[in-house]
Amino acid sequence: MSDKKISELSCPFGYTRKEKGYGEMDDQNDPVTMLMRLKDVRKTAHNWQTFQSAAEPGRIVIPSEVNIRDTRQIPFEVDPPKHTEYRALVEAWFKRPLEAEYTAKLTRQIEKALDEALQKGELEVISEMILPIQSKALTLLLNTPESEAETWISWGTHVFRSEGEALDAKKANVLYDYIDKELDKAAENPGEDLYSVLLDSDFEGRKLTKEEAKGVMVLTFAGGRDTVINALTNSLAYFAEHPESLLRIKNEPEIVGKAVEEFIRYFSPLTHMGRVVTEDTVVCEHAIKANTRISLVWASANRDETVFENPDEIVLDRKINPHVGFGFSHHKCLGATHARQILKIFIQTLAAKVSSIEIIDHKDNIEQLGEYQRKVGFHMLKLKLNSNS
Amino acid sequence: MAKITFITSSEEEIVLEGDSGSVMELAVQNGVPGIDGDCGGVCSCATCHVHVIPEYTTKTGEASEIEKDMLELDDNADEYSRLSCQLEITEDLDGIILRVAK
Ligand code: HEM
Ligand code: FES
Repeated sequence: MSDKKISELSCPFGYTRKEKGYGEMDDQNDPVTMLMRLKDVRKTAHNWQTFQSAAEPGRIVIPSEVNIRDTRQIPFEVDPPKHTEYRALVEAWFKRPLEAEYTAKLTRQIEKALDEALQKGELEVISEMILPIQSKALTLLLNTPESEAETWISWGTHVFRSEGEALDAKKANVLYDYIDKELDKAAENPGEDLYSVLLDSDFEGRKLTKEEAKGVMVLTFAGGRDTVINALTNSLAYFAEHPESLLRIKNEPEIVGKAVEEFIRYFSPLTHMGRVVTEDTVVCEHAIKANTRISLVWASANRDETVFENPDEIVLDRKINPHVGFGFSHHKCLGATHARQILKIFIQTLAAKVSSIEIIDHKDNIEQLGEYQRKVGFHMLKLKLNSNS
Repeated sequence: MAKITFITSSEEEIVLEGDSGSVMELAVQNGVPGIDGDCGGVCSCATCHVHVIPEYTTKTGEASEIEKDMLELDDNADEYSRLSCQLEITEDLDGIILRVAK
């Protein structure tokens, strides 16, 4: 047995961040300059005029999705001023997770999932507990019947990517076809769900088109799936290896908010996101040509030693934590309120119900980004949860 | 006890009293519109941005380097900007007036 803990996510970008500030990788012959320092990442995220999101659909995603989709994701692949208008349409809806009724329902879902896991004893937590939690929670965000989660759970954890690097157009189509069908249903029979609300939204003096509504829905499914799953799984592995932290949350419940921010910083479930450069420019004393791509490496910025003390350690109640795990500026995560609530309730419930967690087996999920390898979570994590009652 | 006045973007005046915690927490607990406090006060979201009415800046003091870096990239920031989660409530803040940022 090695001493290295499985919940440790070492940062592969440290050397580059300190020495140079930027790295380079190829992606399907459309290379990417990767920005590694917090200040550069923030400044660049803020400057949408030079670093645009409204490029060809799929191009700001790495690996690029230009060959597998034409639907523009909204508001993600739009820039101001249009971006501001789209955000205004959905902002209030995505704040619903703060409402008492929403929180109560989410708490019930998570308590039930943990009770079931405790009863099972040993289980593979991603497929048997965490994917179900993520999927059921999403029914609250979309305001659809909880039974819809069954379909999403049946897709497995790899709806958009097959094992390994390759993008899988066929798998992506499962999602697109599903959303098409749901939008048609909502158009015919409007209800109180997000599909119906979007189709009934006014935009620039007209209703939102089906294609636009689809762009929002695809993003809501895709953006909130792997990220939430990795955040929950990594947190669980951390508590398995740090029972003292679980006890601390139980005794000091008021620090849970800070713990959530620290997990988002440390685990950075979304490693990076691209932008397309609109004019020749310079970043980090490095010339960048128009129509090439840069990426904002949130995961590296979140370990910037010039900003964070002990950046490679989890400090559960870190008081000053200016992380960019949810992005920065105009495009900062729209699902953050929902994601924070899931994590908060999950951790609180875990601390209340579970005394210790045994690690049985695991298989790492490692991203290959050019010369960099970054662990983002697990493909498989087998645990045994022990009840404290 | 410190009395703190908020002026919202719709020019409403909200007067609150507090004796501990941060100004952001006081505002969120009392539902002051425009102060969301998404990150819970760790200086990561800037949804707690306020402008200190100039005559009270001696009471609120100066922002830290990290806070300044956050505000620098906020389009609505000016020299009186603060992140209210970084303002600890003490007697010293008694009487201050803050304008909630857009
Ligand atoms: C822990 C979980 C999550 C993390 C770490 C995360 C991270 C991020 C990041 C870094 C961005 C910025 C992308 C950019 O600047 O290009 C972003 C944007 C976005 N996220 Fe999340 N996300 C999470 C969960 C969610 C969830 C649950 C949803 C919805 C169900 C969601 C929906 C979105 C949307 C719609 C955007 C685009 C916002 C815009 O362009 O204005 N995310 N997310
Ligand atoms: S509450 Fe997030 S920065 Fe102040």
